[in-house]
Amino acid sequence: MSGVEKSSREDKEHGAAIEVRDLHKSFGALEVLSGIDFSVAYGEVVCVIGPSGSGKSTLLRCVNLLEEPTSGTVWVAGDEVTDPDVDIDRVRRGIGMVFQSFNLFPHLTALENLTLPQRRVLGRDKAEAARIGRDRLARVGLTDKEAVYPAKLSGGQQQRVAIARALAMDPQLMLFDEPTSALDPELVGDVLAVMRSLADEGMTMLVVTHEMSFAREVADRVVFMDGGVIVEEGPPEQVIDSPTHARTRSFLARVLDPAAAGLGGPGEDGTDGARP
Amino acid sequence: MSTPKSAPTPTPKSAPKSKSMSRRQRTRVVRGVQYAVLLVVVLVVALAADWGEIRRAFFDVEVAKAQFPEIITTALVNTVLYTLLGFGFGLALGLLLALMRLSKVPPYRWLAVAYIEFFRGVPALLVFIALGFGVPLAFQVSLNQYVTVMLALGLVGAAYMAETIRAGILAVPKGQTEAARSLGMSQGRAMVSIVIPQALRIVLPPLTNELILLTKDSSLVYLLGLSLSQYELAKFGRDALNQNRSLTPILIAGLCYLVITLPLGHLVRRLEASTARAR
Repeated sequence: MSGVEKSSREDKEHGAAIEVRDLHKSFGALEVLSGIDFSVAYGEVVCVIGPSGSGKSTLLRCVNLLEEPTSGTVWVAGDEVTDPDVDIDRVRRGIGMVFQSFNLFPHLTALENLTLPQRRVLGRDKAEAARIGRDRLARVGLTDKEAVYPAKLSGGQQQRVAIARALAMDPQLMLFDEPTSALDPELVGDVLAVMRSLADEGMTMLVVTHEMSFAREVADRVVFMDGGVIVEEGPPEQVIDSPTHARTRSFLARVLDPAAAGLGGPGEDGTDGARP
Repeated sequence: MSTPKSAPTPTPKSAPKSKSMSRRQRTRVVRGVQYAVLLVVVLVVALAADWGEIRRAFFDVEVAKAQFPEIITTALVNTVLYTLLGFGFGLALGLLLALMRLSKVPPYRWLAVAYIEFFRGVPALLVFIALGFGVPLAFQVSLNQYVTVMLALGLVGAAYMAETIRAGILAVPKGQTEAARSLGMSQGRAMVSIVIPQALRIVLPPLTNELILLTKDSSLVYLLGLSLSQYELAKFGRDALNQNRSLTPILIAGLCYLVITLPLGHLVRRLEASTARAR
């Protein structure tokens, strides 16, 4: 038994960063995920796109068990997170998560947002946590904001602090749940730039997003979801530029056409319609 | 509203003009009547009252002077001390009860609800009697006075504070817990490091109100047999009242309470304003 477990674990360690098998999730009578199979390799950047209500965020939240799957299996970095006996707190340490609504801790300064989890979860001492915290803040270009409380930061700055907070835990992979959807359009660029540089450094990233240009330029693979299933997936040039499924085509037409027609870019009606 | 220049508004099927008063006229008459009533009452009181007697009873300068400095150094200090003891114990117990009330284990919830309902429903006086006289008689133990006061004030205060703190915890957005958990914090760690600090900030104004209520309730200590050095404001005032046959000590004791409660009340309003701004 233990031998089997060991070999399967080693297999996973040399395999995917995220492995999802036949994942179902229902809220009451509503089935949000209807059998998802997919995986993310180490170093890979995968963008999940799709209309609102298609289950993208739920899928992401099942990966670090913020939502408990109804059935199916999820492995992250060799640990089966759906195993009832797994130490989920330990697994989550390795998974950085960035939320649409930032979720910075408002009673702590930017630097304290980074140091408190390091000290309480990883047991780092004060000096080391502060050193790493400052390094990660510098990483997102916010060195001068370390003593500032979140309420005094712009949305874009808050989201960059949130990314830095996740990075301070030295995660093996990062989950992004519509990280730019709550931002004013002029603040989106800074956040995307940070994410792009993370991708360039080889960070494993699973990104739920409506930013098609980001997906096209940064993603190694794009997954299109609709109605709780993966409709199609592949390299961005294939899924975004020449989709094979009608549902993908109609979604992309709604999202991309206003911009292509020069009617004021994303946010006209297609993108807004796709946002939750 | 209506200026003389404004166009005459067509009054539909108007009542006879002579009888109707404009809104402004009516306001003036109503206000005039109110001032007149006030003036009459003040005049009657001023003429009928025996001012010499009232002054002797309430504002006897000699009696007043005799109360100092003990009314400050002993009584006021003890009132503050008793209140803080009760508040500290009540806050700790209230936090525990709030967490029990939110527990996923049903018996904890039942216990917390039963406690809260019981202690919110009985008079604080009864709790003081039970702890001050009942417990020593029934168990043949004598509690330290300070412990008695701390328990009596705290047990009642905790019931109110528990409900307040519970509301505060529920007011912290769910995303805060999710962020903490996603960083690898356990449920308990997220509660202690992230949720409770924010919850306490949210409930700071109502908790300060609770402190004001406890300050006043601390007067119930006068029931217990206290030594002179343990007197608080109410007991001190009552003692001096008996000695001097003058209400002056009571008035001064009352003013001493205001010295505590008015600034706290002001603090509550400022905290409320700053919380409102922060949102």
